[in-house]
Amino acid sequence: MKGIKIVVLAKQVPDTRNVGPDAMKADGTVNRSVLPAIFNPEDLNALEQALRIREQYEGSTVTVLTMGPGRAAEIIREGLYRGADDGVLLTDRAFAGSDTLATSYALTLAIRRLEPDLVLGGRQAIDGDTAQVGPQIAEKLGWPQVTYAEEMHFENDRLVIRRRLERGVETVSAPLPLVVTVNGTAPTCRYRNARLVMKYKYARTDTELQAENADYIAGSRPLVRIIEWGTEAVGADTEQLGLSGSPTKVKEIDNVILQSKEAKQLTASDRDIEALVRELLESHTIG
Amino acid sequence: MNSLFVFCELDEGKPVDVSLELLTKGRSLANTLGCNLEAVVLGSGIQGIEKELFPYGTDVVHLADDPVLEHYRTMPYTSVITGLFRQEQPQIALMGATTTGRDLGPRVSSALHSGLTADCTGLEIGDHYVKKTDTTYKNLLYQIRPAFGGNIIATIINPDHRPQMATVREGVMKKEIVNRNHRGELKKINVSDFIKPEDLAVEIIERHMEARRVDIKSAQIIVSGGYGMGSRENFNMLYELAAVLGGEVAASRAAVDAGFAGHERQVGQTGVTVRPKLYIACGISGQIQHTAGMSQSGKIIAINSDAMAPINSMADYVINGDVAEIIPKLIKHYKANAR
Ligand SMILES: Cc1cc2nc3c(=O)[nH]c(=O)nc-3n(C[C@H](O)[C@H](O)[C@H](O)COP(=O)(O)OP(=O)(O)OC[C@H]3O[C@@H](n4cnc5c(N)ncnc54)[C@H](O)[C@@H]3O)c2cc1C
Ligand SMILES: Nc1ncnc2c1ncn2[C@@H]1O[C@H](COP(=O)(O)O)[C@@H](O)[C@H]1O
Repeated sequence: MKGIKIVVLAKQVPDTRNVGPDAMKADGTVNRSVLPAIFNPEDLNALEQALRIREQYEGSTVTVLTMGPGRAAEIIREGLYRGADDGVLLTDRAFAGSDTLATSYALTLAIRRLEPDLVLGGRQAIDGDTAQVGPQIAEKLGWPQVTYAEEMHFENDRLVIRRRLERGVETVSAPLPLVVTVNGTAPTCRYRNARLVMKYKYARTDTELQAENADYIAGSRPLVRIIEWGTEAVGADTEQLGLSGSPTKVKEIDNVILQSKEAKQLTASDRDIEALVRELLESHTIG
Repeated sequence: MNSLFVFCELDEGKPVDVSLELLTKGRSLANTLGCNLEAVVLGSGIQGIEKELFPYGTDVVHLADDPVLEHYRTMPYTSVITGLFRQEQPQIALMGATTTGRDLGPRVSSALHSGLTADCTGLEIGDHYVKKTDTTYKNLLYQIRPAFGGNIIATIINPDHRPQMATVREGVMKKEIVNRNHRGELKKINVSDFIKPEDLAVEIIERHMEARRVDIKSAQIIVSGGYGMGSRENFNMLYELAAVLGGEVAASRAAVDAGFAGHERQVGQTGVTVRPKLYIACGISGQIQHTAGMSQSGKIIAINSDAMAPINSMADYVINGDVAEIIPKLIKHYKANAR
């Protein structure tokens, strides 16, 4: 089989698994600055699948595509360290405030320009757990989709994919071009490769180069450019982006007011625990 | 007035719980709106299924019965649903946040260019005023869900696009038969009107479905562990406590992510919603995404080493201390005192 051109969708997300007490500001808004920004976990599973396919079919390429603010270039470097061939950062002010539909519109345009055979994404991003962007991209491309993949291999030009469902597994076969979203139950991603870290440590977008001391960086390493595309590069209609392009609107954000109950306070002492057990038995809550 | 639609999912020829829960919720929203409640159900050899949906107050059942629809597949299902929605123009469409609903929902919403809110914990009808244009949108669907960050609840609306779409997890809404004898109207969908040959590109080779192993939803007593349990081994204490109390073990997402327990045990916005008689939260901090799935428990015991943990403010009993010390004591004293 000929080489396969793969695009991996990767999102930079706040690490919601480590939300601490300082995650909220006094005014009730999210304090993004205290949350570390990470490579969305299931997108790493997708990257691993892409790298495995590339290893098997000579001439295959893996491109990491991410949409986000300038600092999301970090995700592309991370992808390069782990073995991706190149990356595209889709970034523009006009993208800000996009819901999943507007996000999938922008990503679809970038994918069209990259012309891959296969798009791999994570099942869902941990900041919202919506799992919508993959299927919405597939629909916009007019391609089939296979979600919740945990294992895949080619058989006669078709991808045979095992899907993890609520109550079991299903194996399907699908033709290319195709969008696949990969589950966290798929193999974990390989680690960074030390040689690739050296090679790509100074991979930069043009914007980053302007902001940093470009001469210094350029002088110290052979420079690798991370491609940066805005709305014009992908021919986006700005009406379909950002807040105006998003059918869903946030009407209201409420702080949760925990109505404090009069809780009985107990210690770990045997006396307290035994009294509790007896009380629960007497009220027939247990027993 | 345009109808409210519920996508009814089948599992081995039976409507799944979450679909019936959504019909119940849909009925009450439709009453508020003064519109019809309609269901759409797809499958193969499913004549008569409408009889199981009418008792929930369903006015119309749209039925697509065709061999190509035997098992869920994205493209044929999407084509039938979007085709039907283009004809019927529903104002609201609800689906279960199951592996099927989460595959189908976004595909349909993209095809119809309508907004979709995932994992709602509340659905209400209300108005929305836009100051800039001085317009009031009447009777929108408020799609309510905890938002990232822990302590906020967001109300999402889709003012300008129809249908207003939302997914909801199993157990969040309650299912309730309105009238066992209620009979609505049956409308058959002509499947070949909607499905194109290329919709059949993806083929199912094999399916292995297991019986649902754990069912935390129907447990009367739940012993739930969080990240504070520290390890998968420490979860054994919870299995022991649950066994002596006759309950089930559940977990927070942080515990599931850490591999302490399987995803089928996760309680919360993106897990299962439970309403047991007794919920024992062990080493769980009590973020809103978790408490969204257990706040309606009869009694709550919080075991936490942090006296300020948010879970404590909703608990009936707060035991301040180390789970590793307290859980064995609970087991010991229960064995000594129970008959
Ligand atoms: C979109 C989205 C959806 C989500 N959906 C869900 C969901 O469905 N369900 C869910 O649970 N979460 C969900 N979350 C995650 C949620 O926000 C919290 O991160 C998670 O619930 C925290 O789990 P935890 O309380 O176990 O862990 P932590 O917040 O880390 O809390 C651990 C607790 O254990 C205590 N502790 C530590 N050691 C001990 C000890 N030895 N003895 C006693 N106590 C100890 C600590 O004081 C602390 O209170 C979601 C998040 C997002 C962004
Ligand atoms: N801004 C983005 N840039 C790149 N990929 C994205 C972006 N948003 C979502 N994705 C992809 O779509 C998947 C599902 O995201 P979500 O619908 O937000 O849960 C993610 O796991 C990513 O693979």
